[in-house]
Amino acid sequence: MTQAWLRRHGCVWNEEVEAFPDTMDLVWQGRRIQASELPLTAPVTGTVYGVALNDPESLARLDRAFNRPPYNRPPEAPVLYIKPANAVIGPGAAIPVPDGVEWLSAAPALGAVLGRTAARVDEREALSYVLGYTVVMDVSIPRQDWYRPAVAEQARDGFCPIGPWIVERAAVAHPNCLRVEVYVDGKRCLSYSTASAVRTLPRLLCDVTSFMTLYPGDVLLAGVPADAPLVRAGQRVCAVIEGVGALENPLVAEPQAEALYSGPVAQPQAFDLRPDGKWSP
Amino acid sequence: MRRARVAYQGAIHNAVMEEGRLRLADGRLVREEEVVWLPPFTPGTAFALGLNYADHAGELAFEPPKEPLVFLKGPNTWVGHRGQTVKPRDVTFMHYECELAVVIGRGGKRIARERAYDHIAGYTVANDYAFRDYLENFYRPNLRVKNRDASTPIGPCLVDRDDIPDAMNLNLRTYVNGELRQEGCTRDMIFDIPFLVSHISQWLTLRPGDVILTGTPRGATPVEVGDEVVTEIEGVGRLVNFVAADG
Repeated sequence: MTQAWLRRHGCVWNEEVEAFPDTMDLVWQGRRIQASELPLTAPVTGTVYGVALNDPESLARLDRAFNRPPYNRPPEAPVLYIKPANAVIGPGAAIPVPDGVEWLSAAPALGAVLGRTAARVDEREALSYVLGYTVVMDVSIPRQDWYRPAVAEQARDGFCPIGPWIVERAAVAHPNCLRVEVYVDGKRCLSYSTASAVRTLPRLLCDVTSFMTLYPGDVLLAGVPADAPLVRAGQRVCAVIEGVGALENPLVAEPQAEALYSGPVAQPQAFDLRPDGKWSP
Repeated sequence: MRRARVAYQGAIHNAVMEEGRLRLADGRLVREEEVVWLPPFTPGTAFALGLNYADHAGELAFEPPKEPLVFLKGPNTWVGHRGQTVKPRDVTFMHYECELAVVIGRGGKRIARERAYDHIAGYTVANDYAFRDYLENFYRPNLRVKNRDASTPIGPCLVDRDDIPDAMNLNLRTYVNGELRQEGCTRDMIFDIPFLVSHISQWLTLRPGDVILTGTPRGATPVEVGDEVVTEIEGVGRLVNFVAADG
């Protein structure tokens, strides 16, 4: 049993529950139920930062390309990208497969959810800034090119399922040694350990916050595997992280997915809006 | 109307410009020098354009792109008018980029080019500083170059769309310590505003508060600690920033 935070659909705050990540049930109002019995949305509203090329396998494959244009040399700093708010959806929500795209890459990642504002943190203290951990499915249109930002491939609506909850930091003794698995329609397609990361989570937090402040509710992904499973409309994809939880989402062709799309999670309003959501001059 | 967000007497206020002064939402009229300027709205997702002026692309020895080069910025990067941006000790080439910022007022997906302006709330000025020493050829321009804390001044005001009759014909200028260093016109964008709104919304749902930084013309030159950098767009605003030392 571990303390966790989840967000019910339609709520703008997280609720604390007792969770059992191994069986995916929880104690809800005194009753033990399956997490899937609650209508849940993503438990985070901050910015999601991903890290590419953080595993030896990806680096080894690019080893020869690194010394040629356009790369010219291997990466020095973490290779970061942003998964924007429109991409974030909750457990069970449909991942839209865009028109004209058959296969999507479904890369599971351990997500560290920030609990405190983190700027220029020391590697040894970095984990103390983490509130807890969640499961993130980093969905993208496959592309074997790291030269230019991949916004069109990575930032589509629904391309960042997160959840079903945040487990407290203390529940995960060794975030740098967790088994991560992906199941497609119930069949295991991938298994790796976060121990294979080139930069561990504390090291990433240190390097990233050396120039970029992370705020409470932001999520830093601990890296994605080299061989993420390819999935397509009609399938269900599930990421399981040892001690953290299981996150399952169906893939639906975009026109149908839009009918199911419940919109992104609550965000602060940019400015005064009219009730119809239009800008009010 | 020109809208600002300011800190004044210990609180944050929405305000509008009135004959050079700020009318707070509660009715008080205050002078510009009395307030701390904040970004004029809370930016949502920020899309920035690289190489969107042919002359700037040429200056950086790039062919003009055939597709817009879009990258994202995080919320840590904003700083208001008259704020400071740090130049790290180890950086030798930090440069300004004067850019027209287009602010989305009405969300939407697959917005037609002809309807793009219906989705725009207004405009402001952004200075999308780059720290070229940190350039790497992975997701270039990488976040360490373009998404540092307080490295994107924005403001001073959000100017209503209808107050700018032709956003595609505005002069941009950057002054460093009063000296004109960069000059261009929004008409020279490779991909214009309606194209960008439409193009990005083919990928994803734009929402109110999302912002598109539309790129910068040629004239990127280094700035140093202590410099006053003014990025100015005709009719939109004059955004002041100071380059500060690390630590």
